[in-house]
Amino acid sequence: MAGGKEMRAIYAETLIKLAEKDERIVVLEADLMKSTGTNIFRERFPHRAFNVGVAEANMIGLAAGLSASGKIPFPATFGCFAARRTFDQFFISANYARLNVKLTGTDPGITAALNGGTHMPFEDTGLMRCIPGLTVFEPSDGVSLAGLLEQGAYHPGCTYMRLHRKEVPVIYPAGETFELGKAKVLMEGSDLSIIACGSVCLQESLRAADTLRKEGITVRLLDMHTVKPADREAVIACAADTGAILTVENHQVIGGLGSAVAEILVENRPVPMKRVGIRDEFGEVGTQEYLAERFGLTAENILRQARELLKKK
Amino acid sequence: MEADLLEDLKRKANHIRRQTILAIGRLGVGHIGGCMSIVEILVLLYYRHMHIDPKNPKMPDRDRLVLSKGHGGPTLYSILADRGFFPETWLDTLNVGGTSLPSHCDMNRTPGIDMTTGSLGQGLSAAVGMALANRLDGIDRKVYALLGDGDNNEGQTWEAAMTAVQYSLSNLIAFTDYNKMQIDGNIADIMNTEDLCEKWRSFGWRVFRVDGHDLQQLDEAVAGARSEKSRPSMIICDTVKGKGAFFCEGQVGSHNMAFDLETAREAVRRLKEAD
Ligand SMILES: Cc1ncc(C[n+]2csc(CCOP(=O)(O)OP(=O)(O)O)c2C)c(N)n1
Ligand SMILES: [Mg+2]
Repeated sequence: MAGGKEMRAIYAETLIKLAEKDERIVVLEADLMKSTGTNIFRERFPHRAFNVGVAEANMIGLAAGLSASGKIPFPATFGCFAARRTFDQFFISANYARLNVKLTGTDPGITAALNGGTHMPFEDTGLMRCIPGLTVFEPSDGVSLAGLLEQGAYHPGCTYMRLHRKEVPVIYPAGETFELGKAKVLMEGSDLSIIACGSVCLQESLRAADTLRKEGITVRLLDMHTVKPADREAVIACAADTGAILTVENHQVIGGLGSAVAEILVENRPVPMKRVGIRDEFGEVGTQEYLAERFGLTAENILRQARELLKKK
Repeated sequence: MEADLLEDLKRKANHIRRQTILAIGRLGVGHIGGCMSIVEILVLLYYRHMHIDPKNPKMPDRDRLVLSKGHGGPTLYSILADRGFFPETWLDTLNVGGTSLPSHCDMNRTPGIDMTTGSLGQGLSAAVGMALANRLDGIDRKVYALLGDGDNNEGQTWEAAMTAVQYSLSNLIAFTDYNKMQIDGNIADIMNTEDLCEKWRSFGWRVFRVDGHDLQQLDEAVAGARSEKSRPSMIICDTVKGKGAFFCEGQVGSHNMAFDLETAREAVRRLKEAD
């Protein structure tokens, strides 16, 4: 069930809720306030929402200054610009300066759809994972968004959140609690582990796991909402208990979730592994459905890869 | 310009508007507002001033255009199709998976597109680079750049503005589509760029200000800019977002808007009537 609410509405409502209790919370936008949904935040707190126009690097610099003066700034823009356009400002003025900037990049991967290749971030998580000490996470539904966003707000240091801003199917019951860095088990199984993050990949993984179960193959499915730091114990347990791991990400296989899991495995408990994700390609224009097929982010491809992986066990 | 030519160009502009509205309407959503405000600027360049060859789109000795507001691509596609760079039937494939006509300009997919754009603020720098290359190669051609007024918010534009003057790039002619709107609202309310003419002037550019829907005024400014010998020119064009599309003209909501084919057909009918 979809719950009927767009993720951006939940993003803005959660920030309003936090801001009501904490006057340090401020919002920054770069001419995408309506897209991110924070126009309702500005209505509630007109003096705590800043729209800097189409000037993302400037926005991060301002956020750093606000943070240096004790505020908790939440800047947001499309993920492509959040990661690529502001990388040095976010790296130096925010992270290297050990400040407290909570950056959000919307429209991850193929969800950028009709905006096309220039707007399609397949590398934001990878770039962000390279920043020392940064926490990087991607909620998969409204419940995990509200939970993780609140935690991120009070997590010491900067964070980067990938936000699918449209309506997505609900995964978690209301009231479910989350901990940054602790993966959620969505399905138990013993033949194979699938580790995914974000709505697009978890929904397709759920479908694939259902099909496998009907064939007598049981899957442990993890929502690795925090890609950095990834849940080391959970990954090692998957390796020990199921002996094979498939990762699924709406991102390059270089630098993202698949890389994070592979890094844990090689140093701790190598087992056969495969990564579903974008293979060193740029994005392109099309509907999300077209792009899911084009880049293999479908239950059918996950099944194909899972079957091949099982042969290697 | 002669009265006949002016009439021809007006009719061309009307035709390009209709083609663009239909292409976006077929898809059901797109950047209609910013596509409508640049029609006259691009028609004047592509049918009167630019030295280009549809059969040889990569001809080194050509005039070039960088559409810094890359989301205006659909208007440029209608013009390039009409000029014969590719078949008109391609316009039916706007933004369809696998298309050669993506929402934002892509020089590797579309014949006649000189620069890949879509991440705002990057266009003028690329145009400066092309103007420098022309000088190195002894090519006596112009580089045109078309910027958006929201696009102008990006600091990179102003870095490029300084570079163009530092290198005395009189072969560079830029336009600002001053439709006074960006996504979140009126430019004046979001990030006011006034006094825009004074800003460019103080950066060392030759500045013209015209009605961006008046082909005669535009033509005179381009002629003035083309005769400039020592500095780049900026032609600030007062325009109306959504111009000519009755369902969204002058509306902030026209930026990236959903509308159906029926609405598109009605807009085409009204434009034909006015033709
Ligand atoms: C670097 C960057 N930031 C944000 C965007 C998203 N965006 C697309 S168009 C636009 C507003 C542009 O305003 P303007 O240049 O005035 O466009 P126009 O009114 O001509 O359509 C924004 C913020 C983008 N494409 N690139
Ligand atoms: Mg504008």
